This record gives sequence, structure tokens and C-alpha cells, in this order.
Amino acid sequence: MSSRSENGVGAVAPGLDREPLPESTLAELHEIVARYPQRRSALLPMLHLLQSVEGRVTARGIEVCATILGLSAADVSGVATFYTMYKRRPVGDYHVGVCTNTLCAVMGGDVIFERLKDHLGVGNDETTADDGAGKSITLEHLECNAACDYAPVMMVNWEFMDNMTPQSATALVDDLRAGRAVRSTRGPRICTWREAERVLAGFPDDLADDGPAGGPATLVGLQIAREKGWRAPEAARPEVSTGSTTGEDSKAAAADAADTSRAESETELDESPTDVEGGKKK
Amino acid sequence: MLTPVLSDDWDTHMPWTRDSYERSGGYAALETAFGMEPAAVIELVKESGLRGRGGAGFPTGMKWGFIPQDPEQSGGGKPKYLVVNADESEPGTCKDVPLMMATPHTLVEGVIISSYAIRANVAFIYVRGEVLHVVRRLQRAVHEAYLAGHLGKDIHGSGYDLDVVVHAGAGAYICGEETALLDSLEGRRGQPRLRPPFPAVAGLYAAPTVINNVESIASVPCIVRNGAEWFASLGTEKSKGMTLYSLSGHVKKPGQYEAPLGITLRQLLDLAGGVREGHRLKFWTPGGSSTPILTDEHLDVPLDYEGVAAAGSMLGTKALQIFDETTCVVRSVLRWTEFYKHESCGKCTPCREGTWWLVQTLSRLESGQGTENDLEMLLDQCDNILGRAFCALGDGATSPITSSIQYFRDEYLKHLEHAGCPFDPEASTLFATAGATT
Repeated sequence: MSSRSENGVGAVAPGLDREPLPESTLAELHEIVARYPQRRSALLPMLHLLQSVEGRVTARGIEVCATILGLSAADVSGVATFYTMYKRRPVGDYHVGVCTNTLCAVMGGDVIFERLKDHLGVGNDETTADDGAGKSITLEHLECNAACDYAPVMMVNWEFMDNMTPQSATALVDDLRAGRAVRSTRGPRICTWREAERVLAGFPDDLADDGPAGGPATLVGLQIAREKGWRAPEAARPEVSTGSTTGEDSKAAAADAADTSRAESETELDESPTDVEGGKKK
Repeated sequence: MLTPVLSDDWDTHMPWTRDSYERSGGYAALETAFGMEPAAVIELVKESGLRGRGGAGFPTGMKWGFIPQDPEQSGGGKPKYLVVNADESEPGTCKDVPLMMATPHTLVEGVIISSYAIRANVAFIYVRGEVLHVVRRLQRAVHEAYLAGHLGKDIHGSGYDLDVVVHAGAGAYICGEETALLDSLEGRRGQPRLRPPFPAVAGLYAAPTVINNVESIASVPCIVRNGAEWFASLGTEKSKGMTLYSLSGHVKKPGQYEAPLGITLRQLLDLAGGVREGHRLKFWTPGGSSTPILTDEHLDVPLDYEGVAAAGSMLGTKALQIFDETTCVVRSVLRWTEFYKHESCGKCTPCREGTWWLVQTLSRLESGQGTENDLEMLLDQCDNILGRAFCALGDGATSPITSSIQYFRDEYLKHLEHAGCPFDPEASTLFATAGATT
């Protein structure tokens, strides 16, 4: 579990690879295989799971996948080296990414990435030294992470950190290193990189309800539509166009049910003090 | 002007929960669909005019119709699969992620109806791995759908069975390409396949497979609920329906704007408060970095499939990246090119080697060390990449280069005159004007 200090070394830690993986991990690897019609489809999530256990993809992990899936180690290795999320060198407690694709770069991502390299004393895809006191950070520049409306964007363990500045970026990594709680701007409190990898392997962590439905940019168009009273046209069906009543000559009972439940939900929402988060439902 | 349908529930309380989704009519379209023959659902989607929202704009219902259902046909006797392409990675594109974060059940309901239509009993949602919270919300939504009997065996007594697997990718832009996605989902390196055979005949596990974008599938429940005519009443003649436009960059109010197809950038910019204070529009992408850039001449181009094509670009993913006059177009294009070089899967030589050469040539120009002949060389290199590989990644790499030389040739030359970039990169940052106080 504590092999991360061998930063920059591709070789596996001596001894570590000779121990078998925990039984529970092997069981979970087989559980992943069972999700798919064909075994090999399990490989990507299996590698995510191994990263959550070992902090990277190890030679042992590759052998285990190969054995379970009936592949050669070269086959598995070829896959593991193709995808950028699989790391052959130990990753820190937190993986910090800075988007430097064009839009984020132009809007400040380049400045942020330079600042963080300086601040942390590491280059791209390098990990801060583990001094035993604080938490370690692996820094990497990222390609577009599908959050351009929140540029410049950073990711910590693949959680969104929106609208960053050089100042907020350095404060963020300082907090992470000091072990202070950090919240994603559109998600939960940041877990460790290994915990994140476990979720990606398909083992949920029960944090789905944390965080908002979206940030301000997600809701901006909807809010304008609400303010202006704009909405999509009503469907031509009578039961839909009347909104609050149920059509007599129903074409589809299901559509009736849908409409009624919508009316009910609007009533509930009107009375509900929890109906917040940017504007009233129509 | 704006027509929130997909985004209509995003401001409700915890809209990602099944409870919330069903309170606003969610999953009711399931019953309607199950009351129809699968072929009738395909007909309905054909009639609606829905076209793929992932970039190519292929008619969704027609794609479904290609799945061989007759056991006598090639592939007809095999299981069928639906695969949702949730690998949103095209630079500038940021519509599917907010949708799945806010209302994942819209997608799940769409998956059920679409799978029913093509008679698939297993569906996959291939979501990029770099969006952890989206993965959580999808996992939860699928779990909740199972608990409610929307998934599993004999769904609501219909006799129809469906299992859905949420599958997280591992960081590779190329996996957004549908055949590379299939290879990746089969546990291989994500590399595109030669077509034919097309996925409709030999896709996942060499069985008939439909691959659709998240937004396309999420548009299906409202079509079933409201009818094909209703959907087709929105949009333009050949580009029907509403869609999510994503504004980003130097614009006052970046974000998601759901409007009928055919709205213009001028209209969207008006809603978004315009380009940031004191600046003006220089160039923009209509649908991600793989679509040729446009300029302020194109503000009134209808943003539908035909309108943008007529202007020499592509609607793509409707990712409108806005750059003002502080932005160096050469720097921007170089960065995109570095992206394509990094993401080229290496399978086809023109793309693997060509993107490498494009970066070399552009870097030299950007640093002011090239010559004017390098521009011709760049265009020649593009010519040797375009249309010469299995997939469109290489084609996409040439788009920003050829279009930027078309509109901003002078700016390339200025880099030569200046012996470097004439722009101050700080001026284009958000904090240059906003003040870096936070």
C-alpha cells in the first residue's frame, strides 16, 4: 500500500509482486467479469479496480488480469498502456489535473499549470515527495474534460473544480496537501484517488446524492427561459395541453398518468420549502 | 426562443433521483412504448426527424432500422446491443456531462425505449472515466431503475428483459469514435475498425449494434411522450427538434442553452450577454475543435446541420467556443493540433505520422521560425491526411488548420514578421479583466 515514494521508477517494488492479491480483490475482479456477456469486456474496470488497490497498474496486476481473462500478459499490457488514466508509476493521494486544451489554456489554464508546477516543485505527470506528514499530489495537464462552460477547469481525482484562478489553484493544492477537506464545485467532498478508482471500477461509494444538479453555467439558459416565460410548445394531445386536467378520450393511459403526476409534483413543489436552486419550476 | 425540454427539470430539487424524475412524468413513456410494436417505435423516431446529436447528424430512427431483425438476414439471429456513447471528449463539448449529472434517468428511460425498439436485451453506457460524479449519478440511476422494475426481467409485465451496464472508460479521446468505442468496450485498445461491416450488422461482439450519443437517446422519451409531430414542429426543415447549445469562452454568461435547431450565434450571444466586456468576437467553433472555425461574418448562420454546412463547417456537437480578439489563432490551432497528435490512436499511418508533422510545422510557425512556404506545406500535409484514415480523427485535425489559414492567413504571417507570437497570452485569460482575487 505504501509504494508511492518510489516516484518516477517504473519497476515494481521488490517483494510486493510476489505476494498474492487479497482474496477480496480477486473476488471483486471475478464479480466484474460476471457483469459482461464476454469476459474480456471486464478488462478496463478490472484495471481501475487494481489501481484502487495497488495505487497503479503493476506487473502483478497485469498477470492477474491475464490469468482471469485467459489473455497473454502482453495483451493486457498493451491495453493498460493505451489509456492515459492507467498509471504505471505510483500516483499520489490526489491526482490534480489542469485542462490545457485550447479554450481552458487561453482562458488561464496555461498560467495555472505553470503556477502549480512551480508551487509544487514537480513537472507534468510527477508526484510530490511523500514526506510522511502531508498528502502527496500527482500533477498532470489534461485534455478537454467536458466542462468548457466552467473554464479554466481543474480536476481533482476526476471531480470538477470549476472556474479556477492561479490563486484558487494554489490554495486548493495547499488544502489537499494539508489534509483539509476539499469539496468539488459540482460534487462531493474529494475522496482519495484510490477511492475514486474503485467507483470507476463499478463499486459505488454512495456519494451520488452529494453536490448540486449543476453549477451556474449548467442552469444559465434554463433560468433565462424561466425569467422570460419561454418554454417548449405543448404537445397537441388534449390531456397534455390542458395541463391540470386529465383528458377523457385518452389516447394513452400512460400519458395521462404522466400529466397528472406532473401536475401533482408542481403542487408539491409550490408548497415545498426545499424548492430552491435557481428559479421556480414553471 | 429557448425551449427547455431535456434541461427542463434541471432546476428542480435533486432532479437526478428517480423520485424527482417520476414526479415530473418520468418513465411514463415506457408504458406507451411497451404498448407499441418495437418496429412502430422505430417508425415514430424516424417520423420525428431526430438526428444524432453526437456530431455526425445521422437520422437516429434510420440507424435503428438498419439492425437486422429477420433471423435469415446476416446477423439477424444474433443478440442485439445498444451502446450509449457517453465518452464526451471533443474539445469544447460539454452538454452530455451536465445532462447526465442533472437528470441521468432521462438517459436511462431513453435507453430502455431504444433497446426495446431494436430488440436488444443488453445495453451499455460507455461513459468517459474522467468524470467521477457523473459515473456515480449514472450508477445510482441504473440501480434505482432496477429497484423500480424499469430494468431487469419482464419489465412491467411486458415480457421484455433488459440489463444495463455502466462502463467507465479510461482516458482516450478516440473512444468517442463509435468503432473504437466498441473495441474499447471489448477490452481492447480503442482503435477504429474498417467499415464495412458497419456496427448495425457486426458491432459489439460482432453482433448487430446501435451506438448513439447521450443527447440522442435522452431525446427519445419526450418524442414517445409528446409525439413525432410535436418534436418535428421544433427546428428547421431538415434539422428537427430542440438541442443543447453549449457556449464557452469569452462570453459573459457561458453555459447550456436549449433551443430549437436553427437558432443563430447572434441570438445565443444576445442571451448570453455578448462577448466579454470591452471585447469583440474574433473566431468560434460551431461544434467542437474538429469543425472548421468561423468568424464574425457567420453570426447569422442558422445553427442547424444544413446551415452550418453551407457556411463551410459542421454543426458537430454544438459546442460554441467563443474567442475574442485577444486570442492568438495560431496558438489556439497549435494547441488543438497537439491534442490530435496526442490522441491519434496510431492505427493509420496518415493520421499517426501526419498529426506529428502538423505539430512540427505549426510549432515552427508559431515561434516565428518558419517561412511563408510552411503555410503551403501545412495545407499539403492536411491534404495528405484528410479522408485517408479509418476514422475522422485525422480529418478533424485538419479542420482548424485549413479554416484558420483561410480566415487568418495574415496572422500566421505576423508571427513570421514578429519572429514570434505578437499576442500577450495574459490578455486572453479570464483573470486579466476579472481581477485575480479569488
